[in-house]
Amino acid sequence: MPHRLYRDMQVAMNKKRNDLILLLSIVLVTALVLIVFHFLKTDGATVTVTKNGEKYATYPLMQDAEIKLSGAQGHATLIIEDGQAYIKDASCSDKLCIKQGKINKNGETIVCLPNKLVITVNSDDDPAVIS
Amino acid sequence: MPKKVSLMGLCLAAAMLLSYVETLIPPLVAFPGIKAGLANIVVIFALWRFGFKEASLISFSRIILCTLIFGNFVSFWYSLCGATLSLIVMALLKKTEKFSVIGVSIAGGVMHNVGQILIAIFILGSRAVLSFLPALIIFGAVSGVAIGTLSALLIKKLEKTKFY
Repeated sequence: MPHRLYRDMQVAMNKKRNDLILLLSIVLVTALVLIVFHFLKTDGATVTVTKNGEKYATYPLMQDAEIKLSGAQGHATLIIEDGQAYIKDASCSDKLCIKQGKINKNGETIVCLPNKLVITVNSDDDPAVIS
Repeated sequence: MPKKVSLMGLCLAAAMLLSYVETLIPPLVAFPGIKAGLANIVVIFALWRFGFKEASLISFSRIILCTLIFGNFVSFWYSLCGATLSLIVMALLKKTEKFSVIGVSIAGGVMHNVGQILIAIFILGSRAVLSFLPALIIFGAVSGVAIGTLSALLIKKLEKTKFY
């Protein structure tokens, strides 16, 4: 039956076109959001450490520091240097927190899932240092 | 019926094996829980061959068994949330009959990562992880294309195969 075969082919082609539309719209929307957010980013003033879902401490980015943090799976060392914050070493299982690199813009984040630590840059006016 | 059960068991074994293989691949992105989702090949195959109920059964059994063998309690919640969301969306998209296996798989990959971010917000108690979402969506879409291509191939090759 050539007609049925032709119809099946057309259906398959329509599906392929829809797949492509889906993929392109996902990529485009995400890229657009990324670009917009990139330009909205401003330099942050402080880093906030959240442990186990609770706010633990806030440190100024201007002041170099080396902070030992203890998380659910051991320790992590947070370094503040030249207005940037990063994790130098950690005892967690995957070390992904180290790979996430340096952060200094508002909203930028380092997440350590095994240690349940979240480090976020923000702009509190007066950072209250609790340690 | 017993024959269908044995084929589903075979699917489950294959899914578990793929999950294990995936743990051997070092993570590409600096965020845990982000994987290519090799086990999703089997889930998509089951979705086409059997249906939503059977695919869910295979997917959830795989998560429970893999957690017991080489996972941990935290990874369990991430997998569960990602798998649930991706399965529901994939089943819905398949039902519209407007997308091929690859399109369904793309949506599945993206929703899997969205689900993981949602549970991360809940577990970490911080909305900060949302900043990872764009990268994870792109990564989910790309891995969805790869997984979907493999699944489509598998479905086509095994379409005429009678296992029983």
